[in-house]
Amino acid sequence: MDLENQKRVKELSEKYGPENIVVILGGAEAEASGLAAETVTNGDPTFAGPLAGVPLGLRVHHIVDQEIKDDVDPDVYEEQVGMMEMVLPVEEIIGEVREYRERFCKFLN
Amino acid sequence: MLEDKKVVILGDRDGVPGPAIEECVKTAGAEVVFSTTECFV
Repeated sequence: MDLENQKRVKELSEKYGPENIVVILGGAEAEASGLAAETVTNGDPTFAGPLAGVPLGLRVHHIVDQEIKDDVDPDVYEEQVGMMEMVLPVEEIIGEVREYRERFCKFLN
Repeated sequence: MLEDKKVVILGDRDGVPGPAIEECVKTAGAEVVFSTTECFV
């Protein structure tokens, strides 16, 4: 995950409180989405950025997660995400992001 | 679940870009506090 974005996520978490933040990913593939999910929950696994060793435990979802989809206006979702949802490896992405969320997120309720 | 939450969006140019996710989460009553579109190329 981009080092500048790690810095922003850390700052926003401090400003608003990690319990109030939800990170939504739009990654095209499962591995990159999982890496981003790991970074905002357990810290930067590459130990290169500001989140190295900083387990924020943020709630993280991909935009194709059913829980997010259920919250969004269906017409807007179809217009904005519908096309990509057909070509992305949705099940793989959901599984990968869920794994890190369930292991490391501190704010699931 | 998203209502009244502060949302951080990490979009992807080759997946779903930030602005598209923004449009979606706004309809769920969330406040977007940061949105970006990463490029992995």
